[in-house]
Amino acid sequence: MGDEQRAEFGTPVATSQQSPARASVEAVFREERGRLLASLVRRFGDLDLAEEVTSEAVEAALVHWPGAGVPAKPGAWLLTTARRKAVDRLRRDQAYAARLAILQTEMERADPAPPADAGGDLPDERLQMFFTCSHPALAAEDRVAITLRCLAGLTTPEVARAFLVPPATMAQRIVRAKKKIREARIPFRVPGADELPERLPGVLQVLYSVFTEGYAASSGPALQRLDLAGEAIRLARILRRLLPAEREVAGLLALMLLVHARREARTGPDGALVLLDDQDRTRWDRPMIEEGRDLVVCALRGGPPGPYGVQAAIAALHDEAADLATTDWPQLVALYDVLLALTPSPVVALNRAVAVAMRDGPLAGLALLDGLADERQLQTYHPYPAARGDLLHRLGRLPEAAEAYRRALELAGTEPERAHLRSRLDAIAPATHGTQRSFGRPPSRASGPEGSAEAMH
Amino acid sequence: MKYMLLINAGAIGESGGAAECTVEDWMAYDKEVKDAGIFVSGESLADLVTATAVRVGEDGKRTITDGPFAETREVLGGFYVIDVPDLDVALDWAARCPGARGSGSIVVRPIADFDA
Repeated sequence: MGDEQRAEFGTPVATSQQSPARASVEAVFREERGRLLASLVRRFGDLDLAEEVTSEAVEAALVHWPGAGVPAKPGAWLLTTARRKAVDRLRRDQAYAARLAILQTEMERADPAPPADAGGDLPDERLQMFFTCSHPALAAEDRVAITLRCLAGLTTPEVARAFLVPPATMAQRIVRAKKKIREARIPFRVPGADELPERLPGVLQVLYSVFTEGYAASSGPALQRLDLAGEAIRLARILRRLLPAEREVAGLLALMLLVHARREARTGPDGALVLLDDQDRTRWDRPMIEEGRDLVVCALRGGPPGPYGVQAAIAALHDEAADLATTDWPQLVALYDVLLALTPSPVVALNRAVAVAMRDGPLAGLALLDGLADERQLQTYHPYPAARGDLLHRLGRLPEAAEAYRRALELAGTEPERAHLRSRLDAIAPATHGTQRSFGRPPSRASGPEGSAEAMH
Repeated sequence: MKYMLLINAGAIGESGGAAECTVEDWMAYDKEVKDAGIFVSGESLADLVTATAVRVGEDGKRTITDGPFAETREVLGGFYVIDVPDLDVALDWAARCPGARGSGSIVVRPIADFDA
């Protein structure tokens, strides 16, 4: 705990006491911090030490640069400063130094230092950090926390806020992860080509968890937390630069961009959820869609498709359509078939059923949904009863639809999602109470998938 | 760095060993560990029916009981202590261990180092 607090103390946290100017300088350092940390971990093999001297070097820069001017190679300046501080520390602590010297020798033997890049500034050594932070020996929630801390450069309170957990809880996760990395000696290394297919999905999963958490908050008042989704995209871009040949990295980045491109249209001014069929498609981010589409091509070319590439292709089809009626539903059903074969899951089957309902009508979709009724994973998954409610509504089976919406309402996590379901329920409730008036039009599309993993499409 | 590989057998065969692997598998693995120069120590444990538990109460009186018998599905059947550079290497050796197959599992625990 002491180490963690010390590390936090020197960390440039954008607190309310600080000036806006300082906060913006610190934002610039965020990317630099991740690089610096990775380089120092490589050299000293110790995450705590690397974090402390990284923070101290950034602090030193904040003091010196405004007066002396920004050095020609800011990355190299920061690294030199941090290394000097690390050496000072090691001199003060002989036993520690002896242990680190052994570590260092072992690391150099296992993994020779990469050459500095031609530009002369810092080589990018973050790839090994991605693999260490998402190591399968760490608990899944800890992987996400430590990735945001060490690679996105977020402070512990920032990570805590993003996940709506108390800072102490988040600090505990980060301390636990760092302790395991240190004491079980999880190595800082990039897996060999033979291990990569086994390890890369874990890295991608961490980034996707950050993204989905930011996109559809699992609880609380706000439907979207854009900063987390933005961080996930930033990290995926870094990973794409570091692993340009990995098609699933391209697929994941494409998926994130193609979904994130709809962010402005996804919620109304009051924060209410706006479904795909009601979204103002002119507010979609066209340049982001273009970038995502180019990446989908990379992701699907040159070999069998991976699950992220296929999900990105699904998102791209939605992004390309002018409206729901002209959306290429047969193609979507075909893509869901591929996805279901790659990653069999009831959630994917649910999304496929919704696409089938759009292609063949609500009755066909409902039959598929009812076939999933016994799936355990769907028992507490609100998009499932919500999708059933929509199809039943379209079929005019209002009492059954109302019952399904009520079930969905019991399960829905975020307030905008609950508000949306309440409005659906209100639209048909009078009819179920025997009134002749019918409020609202039946949904032209099942709302089920909104908010689920595939559902952001 | 030293790691202990705790070999848990899920299902116990007729011979009292893990059901999914043969004596030959174990001999081959044992040879590999020793040839690789990472072997520190290792033993396999006798059948669980031979186990005896000892407890000492606050009054200093000792209690001896038969067992414990398997209350959980998994039974500790043996261990290796190996000396390798890091967790990834330890996990690789655990994955190659015959006891990792089928219903068995290997728990990898770093050995605490109080000199560091």
